[in-house]
Amino acid sequence: MATLDIRDLHVSVNAEGGPREILRGVDLTVKQGETHAIMGPNGSGKSTLAYSVAGHPKYTITSGTVTLDGEDVLAMTVDQRARAGLFLAMQYPVEVPGVSVSNFLRTSVTAVKGEAPKLRTWVKEMRTAMDALSMDPAFAERNVNEGFSGGEKKRHEILQMELLKPKIAILDETDSGLDVDALKVVSEGVNRVASSGEVGVLLITHYTRILRYIRPDFVHVFVDGRIVAEGGPELADALEADGYDRYIKAAASA
Amino acid sequence: MTVTDTHTDFVAPTGREEAWRFTPLKSLRGIYSEINSPVPPQLTIDAAAGVVVTSVDTTALPAASGPVDWSSAIARAATTQSTVITLPRDFVDSTPTVVRIEGSGVDTPSVAHIVINAELFSRGVVVLEHSGSATYSANVEINVADGAHLTVVSIQSWSADTVHLGRQHAVVGRDATFRSFIATFGGKVVRLVPTVEYAGPGGNAELMGVFFADAGQHLEHRSLIDHAVPHCRSNVMYKGALKGDPALGPEGIARTVWVGDVIIRAAAIGTETYELNRNLVLTDAARADSVPNLEIETGEIVGAGHASATGRFDDEQLFYLQSRGIPADVATRLVVRGFFADVITKLGVPEWESHLQAAIDSELGLAAGSESEDDQSEDDQAVDEATA
Repeated sequence: MATLDIRDLHVSVNAEGGPREILRGVDLTVKQGETHAIMGPNGSGKSTLAYSVAGHPKYTITSGTVTLDGEDVLAMTVDQRARAGLFLAMQYPVEVPGVSVSNFLRTSVTAVKGEAPKLRTWVKEMRTAMDALSMDPAFAERNVNEGFSGGEKKRHEILQMELLKPKIAILDETDSGLDVDALKVVSEGVNRVASSGEVGVLLITHYTRILRYIRPDFVHVFVDGRIVAEGGPELADALEADGYDRYIKAAASA
Repeated sequence: MTVTDTHTDFVAPTGREEAWRFTPLKSLRGIYSEINSPVPPQLTIDAAAGVVVTSVDTTALPAASGPVDWSSAIARAATTQSTVITLPRDFVDSTPTVVRIEGSGVDTPSVAHIVINAELFSRGVVVLEHSGSATYSANVEINVADGAHLTVVSIQSWSADTVHLGRQHAVVGRDATFRSFIATFGGKVVRLVPTVEYAGPGGNAELMGVFFADAGQHLEHRSLIDHAVPHCRSNVMYKGALKGDPALGPEGIARTVWVGDVIIRAAAIGTETYELNRNLVLTDAARADSVPNLEIETGEIVGAGHASATGRFDDEQLFYLQSRGIPADVATRLVVRGFFADVITKLGVPEWESHLQAAIDSELGLAAGSESEDDQSEDDQAVDEATA
């Protein structure tokens, strides 16, 4: 069973006046088949965790380890991490003009699986996945993320997750900016993937709203660059009622 | 100053003129101002059946039509033999007539004068393919007679030391269509001036181009469409990519210039024109100039517009594609192919479209698409069809 293991991770970014530490020792283990939620206030470093694991060049790992089934993820290039089974659904997916969704998806699936999928089964698979996310087939001919609405961008991210079948998927604020209908569609997609038991999901969110549709096995409260509290789904309910204030004050006085 | 009179200043350029201000005159080995004892390039012509090719004394031909600048005038004056390619009246064949122009070395200047005549109601394709090393200045004169439909493809696959100055002027007849496709990949300095005038109403001109500048290359394209006749159309679409090498300092700069001049004269009522230039910057050490000029002397037109933009293939795009497992080189190829695709598919001559695609892949420094990748692109089309 695939396991993503993050140990004492410290990450900095270059800011005006020198490097600024954003992650201050993160410990987290996500196994295939589990759903984890990381919840925290704005600026706590949740997205930095996601992008650092995916390998964004903006972030400098100053200490700590990230391994996937014992393999050193931090030594891999961005594309190697994806081929090893990591997936990051981005909060702000990037437009790629001139590249159609169908060409992009097939190139991506070919890279991750190591061989081009058979055409007939591929078309069927793509159509089925798009249909499940209520995406119009004409979507496949549009340029990647170009002119997509917020909801279309997020559906497109989940579509990629369904087709790439990662071992560990990190969803960075996939719920932000979605209306409730789009949120339901996207959540169903995540639940479909999670119910296979083949994927470990790390759901990063600011709001508890998405947790009405996706039930996490574990909830982690993220404040000031580290995990400050952990629990089961009941912790999300407590956060919904009380907010983050208690944790922010505790972190500030620590 | 108007957009046209810069082309008629009849003095040797100094570099201060609008038309020459971007051009590195010092790198031209003098051919912009003076040409002594030139030699012809090696021409090999593979003509479609029915196309007539002759070699004639240049002085026996009529003077050049349309705007002529100093450098093209002295090139024509230095030319003794012209090559005349004629698509006879009612000739129709999609098989291209291919003119291979091989440079005769950089030390001696070479000149050429090529005339392409598409006679009444003819329809065909002429490809000019340039390769090798040369210090070359050429005039291509194109006459598209009434009702004719002519595509002229000019491919610059020169060696890295070549200098090429070229004027390609078309006279487009009544209800005729002229399609120009210019693809510039090689050469140290290439400066091409495609110009169009109309001889009757209903004429249509499409000027398409792709260029790809590497470290140390200066690739310049300056089009001029002169609408002086009612009810004609023009469409200009040029796309360029730049890939410099910051490690080489000033020698590593990739440089492109696109200038698109369109003039709609008072008589040219009912004109419809649009021009577009897009540049994709792949690295540091790159500079793209993009200058659309539109001068309108009548309000009685169907439409006139232009668009120009220069953008970067940025680190965020690369990260996004890589985060989906796509290696950096494949990601770059995907983006560059996508960028050029809408121009290249407009060429409409499949074998030359794939030739251009391969040339662009090779400019990227990537292995040309392997067999399996070719299969994949065919599959992609099938996917497109299947999902449509």
